[in-house]
Amino acid sequence: MTNLELQKTANEVRKGIVTSVHSAKAGHPGGSLSAADMFTYLYFEEMNIDPKNPKWEDRDRFVLSKGHTAPGLYSALANRGYFPVEDLKTLRKLGSYLQGHPCMQETPGVDMSSGSLGQGISAAVGMALAAKLDKKDFRVYTLLGDGEIQEGQVWEASMFAGANKLDNLVVIVDNNGLQIDGRVEDVCSVYPIDAKFEAFNFQAINIDGHNFDEIRAAFKKAKETKGKPTAIIMHTVKGKGVSFMEDNAGWHGKAPNDEEYATAMADLDKIAAELEKAGEV
Amino acid sequence: MADVKKIATRESYGNALVACAEDFPELVVLDADLAGATKTGTFKKAYPDRHIDCGIAECNMTGIAAGLATCGKIPFISSFAMFAAGRNFEQVRNSIGYPHLNVKIGATHAGITVGEDGATHQCNEDIALMRTIPGMTVIVPSDDIEAKAAVRAALEMDGPVYLRFGRAAVPVINDNADYKFEIGKGVVLKEGADVSIIATGICVEGAMGAAEMLKADGIDAEVINIHTIKPLDEELVVATAKKTRKVFTVEEHSVIGGLGSAVCDVLSEKDPTKVTKIGVYDRFGESGPAAALVEKYGLDSKGIYAKIKENM
Ligand SMILES: Cc1ncc(C[n+]2csc(CCOP(=O)(O)OP(=O)(O)O)c2C)c(N)n1
Ligand SMILES: [Mg+2]
Repeated sequence: MTNLELQKTANEVRKGIVTSVHSAKAGHPGGSLSAADMFTYLYFEEMNIDPKNPKWEDRDRFVLSKGHTAPGLYSALANRGYFPVEDLKTLRKLGSYLQGHPCMQETPGVDMSSGSLGQGISAAVGMALAAKLDKKDFRVYTLLGDGEIQEGQVWEASMFAGANKLDNLVVIVDNNGLQIDGRVEDVCSVYPIDAKFEAFNFQAINIDGHNFDEIRAAFKKAKETKGKPTAIIMHTVKGKGVSFMEDNAGWHGKAPNDEEYATAMADLDKIAAELEKAGEV
Repeated sequence: MADVKKIATRESYGNALVACAEDFPELVVLDADLAGATKTGTFKKAYPDRHIDCGIAECNMTGIAAGLATCGKIPFISSFAMFAAGRNFEQVRNSIGYPHLNVKIGATHAGITVGEDGATHQCNEDIALMRTIPGMTVIVPSDDIEAKAAVRAALEMDGPVYLRFGRAAVPVINDNADYKFEIGKGVVLKEGADVSIIATGICVEGAMGAAEMLKADGIDAEVINIHTIKPLDEELVVATAKKTRKVFTVEEHSVIGGLGSAVCDVLSEKDPTKVTKIGVYDRFGESGPAAALVEKYGLDSKGIYAKIKENM
């Protein structure tokens, strides 16, 4: 896909996020929107997958370690054809296959259940290890929050991945700067992030998580690097794309009301129109 | 019913911490990036110097609390029940339980009334986990008044205490002049001769409703609120069993290891009686509105009533 196509798709993914959380009257828009470009790149460009055959055993895997941002993953999966986009509106409803946090038995395309922070990365390490044990080529991707990396388990997993030279593993940290209680540096600073991963024998790459050239280059470098796992620290804006949610901790885990929903969709429609125009030039 | 006051016990918890701050100068509150949801934010606002945010690192928070307690502080650690009891279990057991340190655990968002967040966040196992730790006191308040009294009582005693609070607003039911909270003492809310309904936490209200419905059928139910699961009020449990010979337990928790099991443990030894456990039947929760889940899992008055009728 071209960058413009990716941008347009990411904008659709953002609409799905806002629509599903609005419909659920609960959920986590902020961290879903900050990672929307990453979800889009992974599912539309990077990963070797088949939406018609979600359990294909040689597929690349993705573990959403920051499971609360399930609306972002669900929207990417729906837009990629795993299930109808219309179903995003059933998010968090009684009986829906779109649970509040990812459930691998319920949702096509979800490779691992998650929601308790710090645990998904270990499962991703296990998948990468399985590929090595079975001499398979599939790659494993996992997405963590910058608050999430305060969990000690993240570093236990990282130590293991580095020690075992799991070069088929990419750990992505969404550095949107915010967790629930405020800015990550105020709550319990996680910085420096890149040097920490380097100390655990990772290759660390810093990128702008809203720039598809940088995302593309980082994954290319990860694939070319042998003998160590890669950490991509992506600098993002929490709530990206919806003006009133941007860089605002208050929109971590809150649904927009009807009026706010209309404003949010208008913001995204405007971006869509601008992207259309850019395409005509 | 519209004018019944409703308040979530997590809210009561936050308010109680503030209310106790002056009387207990050694009280400090530890939090793991959930100050808003657990309502410890209320305390943080009033006493910023005595609130410590440990970040998203519950196990480390538990160890820090243990260290603080060895130096004379009275730490209240706070998170969702899933993490406070679940993720932390071994830290609580070995760093707080074994050395019998004076740490209090304020666990909010217990049970299925977490609602939309779904199974990963709905802890139906915490009572079971905490009850197995020697020397641990386990309290499950049923409303605002009981929750506040429990926080104070926990601070007044020496030793580890686990307090279980809910996310959803619940009616105030203990608003009467005679109400007195004492750790380890159950409360008889209604005397009766035909069946005993022993409930805890948010299920106490449902049990009272079920008793009303049973009355219409000519069944006289005794309703007991057990706010302290451990140490359990064995005397009261045995006495009500002797009286009615039909015991029902009700809890927003797995039927494995919770109140029902605690009651069975006592009765099987002291006065074997048939006990029907009403709770979450060995399954995970799911996403949905809290009230809809309570109904689906049969923990509202109607569900409790139906289960009792079925097992009379
Ligand atoms: C073990 C655990 N503790 C606490 C929570 C509650 N919780 C959900 S999201 C969140 C904050 C996450 O912040 P961050 O990792 O920065 O995510 P993002 O900003 O990308 O949304 C917390 C504390 C949880 N889900 N799991
Ligand atoms: Mg963050």
